[in-house]
This record gives sequence, structure tokens and C-alpha cells, in this order.
Amino acid sequence: MAQRTVPQPLNLRERYSSFVSASSGGPITAVLLVAFFGAWALVAATGGDFMTIDNIRSMLIRSVALGIVAIGQTLVILAGSLDLSVAYLVSVTAVLSSVIMDGDPSRIAVGVVVVLAVGALVGLVNGLVITKLRVNAFIATLGMALILKGLLTASFDNFSGAVPEEYQVLGYGRIGPFPWAVLLLAALGGVVWYMLNRTRYGHHLFAVGGDFDTARLSGVRADWVIIRAHIFCSLTAVMTGLFIVSRLRAGAPWVGPDGAYDLQSIAAVVLGGTALAGGRGGVGGTIAGVFLLAILDNIFNQLGVNTFLKDVLRGVVLIAAIAIYAVQRKRAGR
Amino acid sequence: MSDQTPRAEPLLELRGISKSFFGVQVLREVDLDLHSGEVHAVVGENGAGKSTLMKIVAGAYRPGEGETSIDGEAVAFHSVREAQQRGIGIIFQEFTLLPERTVAQNIFLGREPSQGLRVDRRAMENKTRELLSSLGVEGLSPRAVVGTLSVAQQQIVEIAKALSLDPRILVMDEPTAALSPHEVDSLFDRVRILQQRGIGVLYISHRLKEVFSIADRITVLKDGRRVDTVASSDVTTGDLVRMMVGRELDHYFPDRAAPGAMGDVKLRVTNGGAGMLHEVNLEVRAGEIVGLAGLQGSGRTELARSLFGAVPFERGTVEVDGSLTKVRSPRDAMSLHMGFLTEDRKSEGLVLPHSVRNNALLALRALRPSRRRAVNSAGPVSVADLSKRVDVRAASLEQEVRYLSGGNQQKVVLAKWLATRPDVLIFDEPTRGIDVGAKAGIHELMRELANRGVAVLMISSELPEVIGMSDRIVVMRGGTVAGELPAGSSEQDILLLAATDAEQEAS
Repeated sequence: MAQRTVPQPLNLRERYSSFVSASSGGPITAVLLVAFFGAWALVAATGGDFMTIDNIRSMLIRSVALGIVAIGQTLVILAGSLDLSVAYLVSVTAVLSSVIMDGDPSRIAVGVVVVLAVGALVGLVNGLVITKLRVNAFIATLGMALILKGLLTASFDNFSGAVPEEYQVLGYGRIGPFPWAVLLLAALGGVVWYMLNRTRYGHHLFAVGGDFDTARLSGVRADWVIIRAHIFCSLTAVMTGLFIVSRLRAGAPWVGPDGAYDLQSIAAVVLGGTALAGGRGGVGGTIAGVFLLAILDNIFNQLGVNTFLKDVLRGVVLIAAIAIYAVQRKRAGR
Repeated sequence: MSDQTPRAEPLLELRGISKSFFGVQVLREVDLDLHSGEVHAVVGENGAGKSTLMKIVAGAYRPGEGETSIDGEAVAFHSVREAQQRGIGIIFQEFTLLPERTVAQNIFLGREPSQGLRVDRRAMENKTRELLSSLGVEGLSPRAVVGTLSVAQQQIVEIAKALSLDPRILVMDEPTAALSPHEVDSLFDRVRILQQRGIGVLYISHRLKEVFSIADRITVLKDGRRVDTVASSDVTTGDLVRMMVGRELDHYFPDRAAPGAMGDVKLRVTNGGAGMLHEVNLEVRAGEIVGLAGLQGSGRTELARSLFGAVPFERGTVEVDGSLTKVRSPRDAMSLHMGFLTEDRKSEGLVLPHSVRNNALLALRALRPSRRRAVNSAGPVSVADLSKRVDVRAASLEQEVRYLSGGNQQKVVLAKWLATRPDVLIFDEPTRGIDVGAKAGIHELMRELANRGVAVLMISSELPEVIGMSDRIVVMRGGTVAGELPAGSSEQDILLLAATDAEQEAS
């Protein structure tokens, strides 16, 4: 059988659609821009500062903690899973690393390696329980969250240990005008984007989240795709913990749950257009979702909105966004 | 082709394959062999073990006993991947494509060509184009998102996916279940291309007519045993049916309605339109079975959904029992004494993890109180009587319907609608994927309902069914009614009406 190769030029529409599906979150980016300029106008009109370097930098830094763990959350959600244990893993990381480092610069490496190992272990256990014991991801990671919480509060009840000054470069240092932490977030986002859209693992992750059985019957090691996503997600929670402890100078058991990194990260992911059922979405949307949440916070703070009302407004924004996605998909007929 | 079949070394040989699940013996000592360039059909009623046998061949299940060998060498697969590596490709009954991903991503899932960590997208798309053109397919872009393709195009992607492994053995499980007759023909052309390349094809189907037109040899399974393997030129459909069910079905279809037996018009649509539907004119009388034929995509299912209010008509008028009315939702339709057996019974007709009893009562319990009182006033509804009437074979009324065979599931769906004492029943593909015995049972029930004065509208892709059952045949094309034919018209008449200008689909 003679095989012909007919290279066909792609038409514009295909190019465009491939770009959108690759970068993900087309609509959220537009919403983000609107929100950004809307916030600028709103805050400026009420006499506040929005478009200053300091304010923008502070928004970006606030986005880093949530952004890193939300990138990890994106992976598990794309795989059709979920991770509710990230908030307490952030706390465990913060406390454990600051206790190990204990103000001694020579122990920075040890501290980082130990918490990364703990994170990998937590992710591995989450992944194994979900895939091999077939425990629903919601329950498995909620259980893990309780275990971590128990272990932590049994051993610590306040700020413990301290991180050395050299380590605080992570939280406060800059290269030129750019904070280290923001560059780190951007790099992580870039690496994960590449992983999702250009590597075999990324293709398999979308496939497993889209249809587990199809992926398995196509020869994908579906269980391990999910397990690896969980390990990666836990590692991002550890990175968030390492970042937070560098800002706070010492770890406390409440830093994770206070930041609500579990639910906030899920909110950012779905705000970014990733389907909670898995298989559709991407990291670009998640980062836009994180920034959107940060902009909202910033507006609320500058306008002096009551704390409880803030939550109400966040809730409204989240539900409205998801409803818009649902309606759009229905219109598109898919 | 059949005269050259038995040659020295079979490509694939199964010996004494047995398999049981939870103590239920599904396969008993089945033998099968397949030669290069041969199409070997496996037929049998639902539950005869065809799909289980194919899954064993494909490495998805491991046999309890027995031996598999390829080129005379014994093999034992522990996974689908291992079977793939030994040259076995499979196209499963349910499509296994990811709707959100592109054609190329689907075809190369799990085996993406890569350079280091990076997927070589260009190579992947070029290989996809080669595969598609080797199947004689033009105009299907590797970057098209699968969810936007037609069913026939998706099937092509499915075949290309199996072929991307360069298999020597291809297993096709009910590949034509969702295709129109004309699409089946183009599928068979592709199967013949594979045959010429020396690929051995194991072909499973319920449709005996297709089996005759494509297979060189046929193996009949019954209750997990192999009844016989025959050359397709040596047997008739009647022979096969006898082997499959162990008896000859003397009546394929029940008698039609007597000419004077039909009542008034129960349901009439005038110039109906919604979505792709336009200028639809249709009427169904009490006591009549109207067959609705047409190619895939001609608007048959859309019409049914609009009649039942799932996608309400936007234009035109609907009359029920002679009075103008609007059907804005399935709930409205049920209030007007209508019932709808959907094409996809598993996702739209049944709640799979619920019992036979709860499924049978689902529609009745959802009726508006006034209508429910009216139904009950004609005597209490008994699920036991209903399930006896439709002849559901279940361990008990409390058994979950997901454990029932396709035929019995369909009977439960029918019981669900009978519980509401409907005057109009719409059947969409009532016997798709159902074995011969259950099929005859459902046909008889449909006729019995019509004889009691129910107006029946039946959509079917199986022309023999349309011809055998209908008192009148309405043919759809391009979203409207193309014409009407009397009872007993030939397949050719129907196809001529259905396909005159519909050649653009599925090439």
C-alpha cells in the first residue's frame, strides 16, 4: 500500500482554535483585563492608588502563594481528581521547615529537602489511596487533611522555629523591579504549560481526566498519571508553604487553613475555565483566575469593604463565572 | 474469498477459552481461528459471550482457562498494551474517543511520537493524514476536535486509531450500531482495504445481513459455547438464526393492522420547525405504527425530541386529539398522554443503579397530580403485572437494571411508559443492540399496543424493521419529510427517497 503524504496548509480558523485550546481560558483572560481596568477606574475614582508599582507588586506577591498551589491543583483537577489536603500541607511545610532551619543558614538545604520529601510522600499516598484503593478523591484528600491537621496541632500550637535571613530572599528579594517570588510563579506556570501542552504526560493527563477507561484502554498507565499529578500537586503546596514561611519568618500551624488554600485554589482553577470533572482547561486560565481573585481583594481593601461582605462578593463572582461558562458551552452545543 | 480460508498457520488461534465472572460461566471452551486477510464474524444473542471473547483477545480480560496463540506461538496478555504490541487492534462497541481532544491526539493517545519529553506534533499530524488517506478519507483535519465530528467521522477516527498500531489482527465490536445504511457501505469498503493488506478482521455484529456481506466465515456463539463455524457462502440467515437461538423464528414480524382498524388522528404536526427541522408535516393515527426512516443526520431523532417537547417546536402547529396545543417540555408531552423511548436507553431511559420497580414507576411518579389521578382511576398500576406484560426477565423486581441485558432493559423502559397509560408512543431505535429473541418480543408488544389503539411512531435505522413493522413509512431527509410510502415498500424505495441528495455525509 503506497502511503501518500499530503501536507495541507492549516487555515486560519484551525490555527486560532489550536492556539486557544492550547493556551486555555480564552474568556477568563478577557474578563481579567476588564476587571483590571475596571478596578483601576473604580479605585482611582474613589481616590485610591491602583496603578502604582507598589500596589501592583503587592498584588502580584499576594498572588504567589495561591498561584503556586493553584497550579498544582489544576493538574489534579484536569486528571479528574481533587486535592483538599493542600492547606494543611502548606502549614506542615511552614512549621517543619522553620523548625528544621531554626535560624541557621547552613540548614536551609536540609529543611527544603525534608519538606519536599514529605510533600512527595503525601502526594504519593493521596494518589495511591485514590487509584489503588479506589477511594473518592474528595474523601481521600479530606482524610489526609484531617491527618495532617491532627499531627500538626498535636505537636505545635504557635509560631515555631525561625528561618534564617538568607532564606527570606525568596519572600522579599528582587531582581531589578521583579520580586523573586513572582518570577518563580511565572517560571512554574511556564514549565507546567509546556508539560501540559507539549509532552506525552500532558496529553495523557487530559486523556485520563476526559475519560479514564478510554485512556486505560489506549494503553495509558492511567493510575500513574493520576498519582504523578497528586505528587506534583503536593509539591506545589510545599512550595507555597516555603514561600509563606519566608515571608512570615517562622511557621505556624494556622497559615494554611487561614489562607483557605484548599478551597481558594479550587476556586481559582474553575474560575480559569478548567472543568471540575477533568479533561478540559489549562494552567493559563488558573493563573488568570488567581489574579482575578487578587484584583477583587485589592479593590475590596481599598474601598474598605466589610470582611464578610467580601466573601459574599467573591462567592457571587465565582458562581457567575461558572454559570457563564456553562451557558457558553451549551450555546456552542458541546 | 471463502474458498481460500483454511490455510496452514492461522494468524490467531484460540483453544478452549473459558471465563467466568462471580461464578457465572460466560464462556465455555470456545475455539476460534483467524487467518490473514480473512473477515471472521462472531454472532450470537446478547449475553452469548461475544464481547467477553473479544475483550480476552484484546487483553482487557484474562481467560480463566484456555490458550491463545499468534502464529502458532502461545501468548498470554496481561493488558491491552501487551496485546497491542503483539499486533492486536480493537474497536470497542462504545466509542472510546475523547471529545475534547483533536483527531491526531485521539489516534496517538498513549503512543504520541516524541522527541525526548516533547510530543512531536508535526509528525503526529502527518502520520494521521497518512492513515486517513490510506483509508480513502479526505477532508478530515488532524486538528479537528473530535466532539465536533459526525458519528460516521468519529467511527473513521476510531478505525484510524486502531490502525495506527499497524495491527495484523483487528477486532471490531458492533461497528455499525450507530451508522446509516449508506455509511455502513463505506465502512465495508474500508474493511475490504484492510483485508487486502492481509489484516485478519474479527467482526462482531447483531445484523446478520451485514455479516453475510462482509464475512468469509462465521462463528456462532450461544450461551458462551461455540455452536459452529461455517463459511458464509454455505448458510442462510435462517440457518444462523436457528443456531443462535436454537429454534427457528417462524414470524419475524407480527401482522400489520387491518385496513379499517385505524382510528382518528392522534397526533398531527403542521409545518413544524425547530433547529434543523423545517416544514415538517406528519400525522399518526390511533392503532397505527408509522415507521420513520432516513439516514443518520436526516432529523429523525430531532423530530422525536421536538414532538416530545425536549427541544420544542419553534414554528408550526401541533394537534393532539384534534385540538391545537403546545408541547413545551417532556412534562407537557406526558400530560398529553405521550411517551418517548429514547435511542440511548442507558443514559436517557433508565436510572441504571435503581431497581426494576423504581425505573418502571419513574414516569408515573413524575406525572402531574391531575393526570396521575386519571391514570390511577382506571385501576391501580401494578409493576408486577406490567413487567409480566412486557416479559422482563429479571431475578426480581428489586434487581438493579444495570445488571439486565439490553433487551430486558428496553422492556423496563417500555414498562415505564406503559405505567402512564399513553395514547401516543414514540420509539427511537427500539431494538438497537438487542438480541433476536428479545427483538421479536418488543415487536409483538409494539403491535399489541397499536391494536389497543395506541398511536405508535417508530424511528429505526434498520430497514427490515421499518418495512416489517410499519403500516406507513415516512422518510426524512435534510430536516424535513421527504415523502411517504405504503406498508411493504422495498428497501430500495426507502433508500431512494432518503438518499437522493444526501451524498455529502460521511465520506
